[in-house]
Amino acid sequence: MNITVQDGYYYSKEHEWAKIDGKRARIGISDYAQQKLGDITYVDPAQKGKTVKQFDFLTGIESVKAASDIYAPLSGAITAFNDTLDQSPELINQSCYEDGWIAEIELSDPSETKNLMTAAQYREYAGGLE
Amino acid sequence: MKLIFEKSVPGRTGVSMGAADESVLKSIGDRYLRATDSGLPEVSELDVVRHYLRLSQLNFSVDTHFYPLGSCTMKYNPKVNEAVSSLPGFAGLHPYLAYIDEGSVQGSLELIHTLSSFLAEITGMAGVTTQPYAGAHGELAGILLMAAYHRSRGNKKRVVIVPDEAHGTNPASAAMGGYDVVSIPVNSGGGMDLERFREAMNDEVAGVMLTLPNTLGMFHPEIREIVEMARKHDALLYNDGANLNAILGKARPGDIGFDIVHMNLHKTFSTPHGGGGPGAGVVAVSEKLVDFLPTPVVARADDGKFYLDFSLKNSIGSLASFFGNFAVLVRAAVYIMMLGREGLIDVSEKAVLNANYIRVKLAPYYDLPYNRTCMHECVFSARRQVRKSGVHAIDIAKALIERGFHPPTIYFPLVVDEALMIEPTETESKETIDAFIDAMIDIANLADTDPGRLKNAPNNTPVSRPDETRAARELKLTWNP
Amino acid sequence: MAVYTPHTQDEILQMLNAIGVNSVEDLFADIPSTLRPKSFDLPPGVTEHEASAYFNALSRRNATGYVSFLGGGYYDHFIPAAVDAIASRSEFVTAYTPYQPEASQGTLRAIFEYQSMIAALTGLDFANASLYDGGTALYEAIAMAVRSNGRRRVIVDAGVNPLFRRIVATYAVNIDVEIIESDLKDIATDQKRIESFFDEAVSAVVVQDPNFFGSVDDYESLFARAREKDIVGIHVFYPLSLGVLKTPGEMKADIAVGEGQSLGMPLSFGGPYLGLMAVDRKYVRKMPGRIVGETADRNGMKAYVLTLQAREQHIRREKASSNICSNQALCALRAVVYLSLLGKEGFRKAAIISMERAEYLRHSMKKIRGVEVLKGRTFNEFTVALPGPAIDFARAMLAEGFAAGVPASLFYPDRPDQLVVAATEKISIDDIDRYTSAAKKVLS
Repeated sequence: MNITVQDGYYYSKEHEWAKIDGKRARIGISDYAQQKLGDITYVDPAQKGKTVKQFDFLTGIESVKAASDIYAPLSGAITAFNDTLDQSPELINQSCYEDGWIAEIELSDPSETKNLMTAAQYREYAGGLE
Repeated sequence: MKLIFEKSVPGRTGVSMGAADESVLKSIGDRYLRATDSGLPEVSELDVVRHYLRLSQLNFSVDTHFYPLGSCTMKYNPKVNEAVSSLPGFAGLHPYLAYIDEGSVQGSLELIHTLSSFLAEITGMAGVTTQPYAGAHGELAGILLMAAYHRSRGNKKRVVIVPDEAHGTNPASAAMGGYDVVSIPVNSGGGMDLERFREAMNDEVAGVMLTLPNTLGMFHPEIREIVEMARKHDALLYNDGANLNAILGKARPGDIGFDIVHMNLHKTFSTPHGGGGPGAGVVAVSEKLVDFLPTPVVARADDGKFYLDFSLKNSIGSLASFFGNFAVLVRAAVYIMMLGREGLIDVSEKAVLNANYIRVKLAPYYDLPYNRTCMHECVFSARRQVRKSGVHAIDIAKALIERGFHPPTIYFPLVVDEALMIEPTETESKETIDAFIDAMIDIANLADTDPGRLKNAPNNTPVSRPDETRAARELKLTWNP
Repeated sequence: MAVYTPHTQDEILQMLNAIGVNSVEDLFADIPSTLRPKSFDLPPGVTEHEASAYFNALSRRNATGYVSFLGGGYYDHFIPAAVDAIASRSEFVTAYTPYQPEASQGTLRAIFEYQSMIAALTGLDFANASLYDGGTALYEAIAMAVRSNGRRRVIVDAGVNPLFRRIVATYAVNIDVEIIESDLKDIATDQKRIESFFDEAVSAVVVQDPNFFGSVDDYESLFARAREKDIVGIHVFYPLSLGVLKTPGEMKADIAVGEGQSLGMPLSFGGPYLGLMAVDRKYVRKMPGRIVGETADRNGMKAYVLTLQAREQHIRREKASSNICSNQALCALRAVVYLSLLGKEGFRKAAIISMERAEYLRHSMKKIRGVEVLKGRTFNEFTVALPGPAIDFARAMLAEGFAAGVPASLFYPDRPDQLVVAATEKISIDDIDRYTSAAKKVLS
């Protein structure tokens, strides 16, 4: 499997990415994850205002062949959900690192990035899976 | 082809109901009446008959096509079953009558009682409930029985062990019953990995769910050790009886040490699948679980009269409105009575013979991940075709449809990549099976020479491959004017 | 003995040779001798005519000659012959679940039409491809509510079919859901009382229309109050009544479930029946069971497929929304053919004529000394209080040729003298006159 990994992002073992911008982070799933899931058909709108802990359930995602959970790569309060996914879930397949972002979180503990992988580490991790 | 709604013409009706006096509605009052249209079509009886008859012709079915669908046991459904189940004495009987006067329903109660005794003997069990409406419903019944048993003994259990080759319903049923599921992988021989099982086994385990033979078509030789280990921790053994067709008269879950077994009457006992239901998932249990069965139980009094017994103190309650899918029970009773002891043994022998014949004949053409004698089904993998020419199991399935065969099961078992799970059943003749084998060989050859043709199949069906992604994204689930 | 295995001796030998074993028994070598059956004591097989004679005789030991006023959720409505003609087509009867859409467009289209009709009848946005029966459908609705708002308490009106409630109680015992039953006021739902239970811990409220005693109500404002507190409104309906009664959609229920037996299913001593489920748009992705959707094939032709399968057990296993892996496809087919035959006009008429008969019976019974017809708005079913135990009356009426009604005491022990009586369009005025004469005789 040929996968792309976006530099400058942090990654979890469950294939979520986080792009840090000060006290906020944008969250999505990696190219590896979107390829594994196949055609995405639906993302459950994440509830704004809800607080999540690192690696806990964030929201659900469905493709034709699978329904799986997305976990929060970092702790904090959900401040935004990408509403365009409602009409165009395929954005995750087309542009998983940009237009296909899923949620934004106001971070409660930015130091948690130490529990995540850098792009280089994730490239090695995901590459070793198959 | 139009939908029935698109054939509607205002003012038409398919049946004359006689005169109706609208004024009777006044006693209810407008606030309680519907203000909107019922939205039903307006068509004649001939419109309806022609429409649905044409629809029926768009289907594959056992009566029109060979249907070697693994784990589904698509055997022939004898027509006498249908005739008996629609006898007015059975079809016209209101179930509440049993609660008012048992004397008025002796025929049906006797039928349930007789079928229950047959199924108890076939499985080597002590008690039976006919309530579950389907296999998955039977599994849930089993899980609830398991939970009630442990509760009565003060056991604190929270885990159910399921091998990863199991039907998806097994873990789903255990979770629905409130249990955590621990999944154990299969070993290289196709049985459960005993080392991993031993590690997972402890006093928190409420039960172990096993399919026998398993979904790879193997009768696991490790079964005795599994039973012993489970017993040590007071865990119950659950048998998913989906594959009972392979072992009728050859092995009985009760003798082996299982406590609970569900049977799919629509698989093993020849009741039709109906395009997805109704079936019946009768459950049989060992002596220690009899007191927990759902009520009412159909019992026989000393004077030979049958009655409804509500007296089981530990009963889990009810899983069905009445006695389960009674008309399905009738069909299974007819089948068992007609075949009798020798006929049932003949069923599993011929089912296993047919499956092994296919296994041997196709082995040169498709990978066989677990290559040994199988029971009633054999599981191939299309990984050789994927590697060589990018032809997947799904393409082989569609090419079979083009050749007039229903495909094998391909989305299951999950432990085999690109699975082709073939269960011919005992009712198919050697000619039919040979024709299927020839089609599979032809497809294997085409995968080498002209894979594009397989990727485009089927070309002679009412529709070609539908866009499933679009269906899930757009969610058009109803007709709208 | 019946034989459905076509193998000749010659063919068996050829097949054994090909496999490379000497006997069929060799194929069972994996089953050790210690695990062989301790007994397999079944009678010898019989011929088809012997079996037919045996089961014919057995069926005649049931008494189906009564003129029936039994209802309680399961009704003896007229079933046009064309329903049986279509539903006995082998191509429908002996097909499997339509996982291969190219080979199953018949079943898939019929289910799509069925979903459309159930949605239209209930006035809700979507319906699934059916569940086992009304009671299990109610449990699935409750489980949906609990999944969607994460609360664990459910308020269920005592007028909801007691058989459904018994199933729900059985299912719920292990999953930490608390069921609170709200008592009736006479035979009617006590909406004030139900509302008094509403708080932030309540997941769903369940009411039935008409209720078990036949009482007709309007739950629009109850569902509105529920919505204010994020409580899911679940409406249990009797499909034939929707020919005339206010729909779950018009009352703005979130989920509607019902027993579909009255849509062309014979009574068959309890099954197979049909679990109906329809939902408001916002619950569609939480709906259990199979769902058929419209799409296009590679040539742009309209095609139908099972959709939203990702939530189902064969993919999601222990995380699935339900363990259900079948629907009552053939029963759903009966329903769609039945509804097409009756059509807009016939369906409404079936409802009105059933009600007319019930009204005529109600007025006749009022005139019987000692019988009190309980007050309330009713459709085709109502409740009477008798001078003695209703079960005794019902048994005595059997001797007169009538299944007189369902004694409430079967499920409500504190109502020993109440009888729930139903009529359908199959009951004639003459039947009713004879019924009331017999009732007078039995009560005198």
